[in-house]
Amino acid sequence: MNISKDLILALYRTMVEIREFELKGYEIYRSGRMPGFIHLYVGEEAVATGVIAHLRQDDYVTSTHRGHGHALAKGVSPRAALAELMGTVEGCCGGRGGSMHLYEPAVGLLGTNGVVASGIPIAAGAALSAKLRRSGQVAVSFFGDGAVNAGGFHEGINMAATWDLPVVFVCENNLYGTEMPFKQTTKNTNVASRAQSYGIPGVQVDGEDVLAVYEKAGEAVERARQGKGPTLMECLTYRFLGHHVGDPGTTYRSKDEVEEWKKRDAIQRLREQALTSKWAHEKEFETIEGEVRRVIDEAAAVALKSPEPLAETALDHVFCD
Amino acid sequence: MAETAPVEQATPSQVGANERTISYVEAGVEALREEMRRDPSVFYIGTGIGPRGGNWQQTRGLWAEFGEERLRDTPISELAMMGMGVGAAMASSRPIVDFVFLDFVLETMAQLIQQASTAHYISNGKIKVPLVVRAAMGGIRSAGPHHSHSFYSFFMHIPGLKVVVPALPYDVKGLLKTAIRGANPVMFLEHKGLYSSKGPVPREEYTIPFGKSVVRREGKDVTLVAVSQMVLRAMDAAEVMAQGGISVEVIDPRTVVPLDREAILGSVAKTGRLVIADEAYANCGFSAEIAAMVAEEALEDLDAPVRRICALPAPHAFSPSLDGYLRPSTERIVREVTEMMKH
Repeated sequence: MNISKDLILALYRTMVEIREFELKGYEIYRSGRMPGFIHLYVGEEAVATGVIAHLRQDDYVTSTHRGHGHALAKGVSPRAALAELMGTVEGCCGGRGGSMHLYEPAVGLLGTNGVVASGIPIAAGAALSAKLRRSGQVAVSFFGDGAVNAGGFHEGINMAATWDLPVVFVCENNLYGTEMPFKQTTKNTNVASRAQSYGIPGVQVDGEDVLAVYEKAGEAVERARQGKGPTLMECLTYRFLGHHVGDPGTTYRSKDEVEEWKKRDAIQRLREQALTSKWAHEKEFETIEGEVRRVIDEAAAVALKSPEPLAETALDHVFCD
Repeated sequence: MAETAPVEQATPSQVGANERTISYVEAGVEALREEMRRDPSVFYIGTGIGPRGGNWQQTRGLWAEFGEERLRDTPISELAMMGMGVGAAMASSRPIVDFVFLDFVLETMAQLIQQASTAHYISNGKIKVPLVVRAAMGGIRSAGPHHSHSFYSFFMHIPGLKVVVPALPYDVKGLLKTAIRGANPVMFLEHKGLYSSKGPVPREEYTIPFGKSVVRREGKDVTLVAVSQMVLRAMDAAEVMAQGGISVEVIDPRTVVPLDREAILGSVAKTGRLVIADEAYANCGFSAEIAAMVAEEALEDLDAPVRRICALPAPHAFSPSLDGYLRPSTERIVREVTEMMKH
C-alpha cells in the first residue's frame, strides 16, 4: 500500500472532523437545546474514514442510527449535518429527518437509518441500479453488529452475492447492540466468517487502525468496481461513549474495558504512527485541528441560529407530485 | 369528475376503431412491454417472472425480449426484494417488484413503510422512490389463508403510498403505465380472480390518471362503491336489483390513494344512500374510510345509514363453503342493498 503524506493528513482531517462534530453535538445536546436522540460515533471514526476515502462522490452509502460519521466522510457539510440534528431549515433535510435520517443524494448518501439492517438491502438495490446502468458506481452499506442477526443482513447479502453486485458490506462491530453484548446474540461472533456462507470474501480488520481499514477497504471497493461482487468487511471497533447521549455506557461495560479501548484510539494512533515514521510533523496535525475546530464552531453557530421549518409546511413532500 | 364507463363498456366510439378484446393479465403484460421499450431504466424483479413468465403469466413473453438483466428472477427473499427496489429507485432506476401474492408483501412492511414511503418526505424532497410494487390479492379457488387476502386497505393508511386496485383490463394497462412513469411508490394490486377476464383495450397509446373514478352504471336510488373484483359483483347485483325496481349507481374509484372523493360525494348527494362492497375487512378498511368521509362531509345527504358489505372478520378459510361465506357474494350484495332500501 502506498502511504503518502497527503493521504495521512486527509485521513486525519476526516477523523478529527467527525470527532469534533460529535463532541460539539454532545455539548449542544447536553445543554438541552437539541431535540430527539443522538447516537455518537466517537471511537469509530476510522471505519467511515478509511472506507469512504476510496469512494467517488457519486458512489452510494447507506448507514445507521450512528451515522453522522458516514455522512460527513461522504461529503455532507458539518453545517448541513448539525443544522439537521437541530431540526432546522438549513439542515440537509430541512429538519424533516434529524440525526438518524440524513439524506444527501448529491454526495450519494441514501440515508442514515433508524431501523437496524434496513440500509443493507437498500445499498444492494443501489448497486443493482449501478450495474444495470453500467455506471461504474459502487455502494457501501455500514451497519453494526446488532444488524447481523436481522433478516435484512442475510437476504440482502445473499442476493448481492448471487448477482455479483458492486457493493461492500461493512460491519462496525463495536461489541454491543445497545447494551447487549454481541457474544450473547450468536454462536458465531466472527462476522467476517459468515461471508463464506454467501460465497464472497470476508475480511476482519482492526477498526482502530485507519490505515488497515483503508487498505482492506481499497481491495473490497476495487473488487466491487471491477464487477467481481461484494465483500463483507468486519471492523473491530468500540464506541467510547454510550449507546446514545444519556446512556453512560458503563452499566453494561466495565470502566476498565472502556479505558482499554480508548488507549487504541485511531486518531491518536495515526498521529503517533505518522510522527514516529516521520511522515508528517506535529505542526501539520495542529493546523488541521485548528481548521477543523473553526469549521465545527461555525457550523454550530449557524445550526443554533437556524429556524425550525414553518409548521404549515408539514404536509409538503409527502408525495413527489 | 368521474368518467362514465360501464363494465361491458367501451363502445368503439370510446376507445377507438383499433380496439380489440384482451385479458386483464395480457393488459398488464402490454403495459410492461411498452414501458420497458420506452424507458431503459425500467426493470422487473420477482420470483418466477423470468423464463417461466410469472405464476399468473403476468410477464409472459417479456424475458425473451428483455432478457435476464431486466427480468430478474429472485430467490424467495421478500424483504431484500423490497429493500433493493427502494435502493434501485433511489439510485434513479425504475424498478417494478412483483411479489406474486399480496400476502407475501407482509414480509416486507418495514422496508415499504419505513423506507419507501417516507424517504421523499424526510429527505425534504431530495430522494425520489419511483417504485412499483406489484402483487395479486383476493380469493380464488380456495387458495387458503396464506394466499387469499385482500390487504390493500393497510396501504391506504400510510402517507406517501399510492394504491391502485384495477377491475378491468383497460384500467390495468392505463394505470400500470401511469404507475411506472410516476415518481412515487405505488402499490399496484391486481385481483387473482380477474386475470382471465377480458375486456376492450385500445391498440393506441393511452394512460389513465390516478384519482379519477368511473361510474360503471348510472342509477338514482343508491350509490354502490366497489373496487377490483367487487366491481363485477356490484354490477351483477345492480342488474338483479334493477329488475326489482332498485336503481343502483356503481362507482369504481380505481385508485384508492388518491381517492376521487368528489365523485363519491356527488353521487351520494344524488342518491341519498351509500353502500360499499369490499373484499377487505370492514374494520379500519377502505369501506370505513368511505363511510367516514361521507359522515364528515355529507351526513345531511344521507337518507339511510351507510351499509358496508365486506369480508367477514375471520382469517381467510380454506373450505369452499367457508371461503364463499366469508367474502361478499353477488347474492349478499343484492340481499343487503335490498334490505337497506326499506329504510
